[in-house]
Amino acid sequence: MQEVFFFVLAAFTVAAALLVVLDRNIVHSAVALIFSFCGVAGIYVLLDAEFLAAVQVLIYVGGITILLLFAIMLTTRIAARTAIFNEQAGLSALIVLGITAILVYASVTGIHVAGKAPPPVETAPALGRLLLTTHVLPFEVASVLLLAAMVGAIILARRE
Amino acid sequence: MIPLSYYLVLGAVLFGIGMFGVLTRRNAIAILMAIELMLNAVNVNFIALSRYLPNSTLDGQVFAIFVITVAAAEAAVGLAIVLGLYRNFHTVNVDEINLMKW
Repeated sequence: MQEVFFFVLAAFTVAAALLVVLDRNIVHSAVALIFSFCGVAGIYVLLDAEFLAAVQVLIYVGGITILLLFAIMLTTRIAARTAIFNEQAGLSALIVLGITAILVYASVTGIHVAGKAPPPVETAPALGRLLLTTHVLPFEVASVLLLAAMVGAIILARRE
Repeated sequence: MIPLSYYLVLGAVLFGIGMFGVLTRRNAIAILMAIELMLNAVNVNFIALSRYLPNSTLDGQVFAIFVITVAAAEAAVGLAIVLGLYRNFHTVNVDEINLMKW
């Protein structure tokens, strides 16, 4: 049963991701990106990471894609019929296929987990505890990074 | 239980699609979207390994949270740069913005 869910979600995610990269209309790409993020959130639920699934929907679907759509509306002429790929598309496809093949081969044959996976735990309380004990320094650095990004974005985007 | 390799293969495929987008798209915003796809693929791998490795704590998920944080910061700054580019060049196609290219 779980496998059926996995294959449906994976096919959905990959199809949406292909649409993001290949669609001529960039607004369609952004909408497909929303679906791809939702599919990945479903994968997280299958992996018993329900807190991260919620974060994925809140930040990626609710935040980043809306920001991307704003930027698209402010900059791109949707009707423009120009090439969407640059001239290195063929070579890039070759290289990407090669690297993906290597990664898939390594994933299938190279990794053997010794021992059984631990039983699922409730992740949100455990994550909160980890963030404020073991990982408190990266946590604080991330807050400084967000502040710097916010100030930087305001300064870059404002008109003098 | 689903084998770990299924998740890793999904991550690899998503990463490949994102990399193709980064290498070939001309629109800067499309490139940012492809980068987000690649970061998502990395997160899938982090969370799958954090779930499947024996004796694992939730460190993989904490890493995924940091990746999401950095992705959000990157999107904000990247889009601000794209807006600045559009204001100066009236295009967001990266192959036409070659002022500093020799």
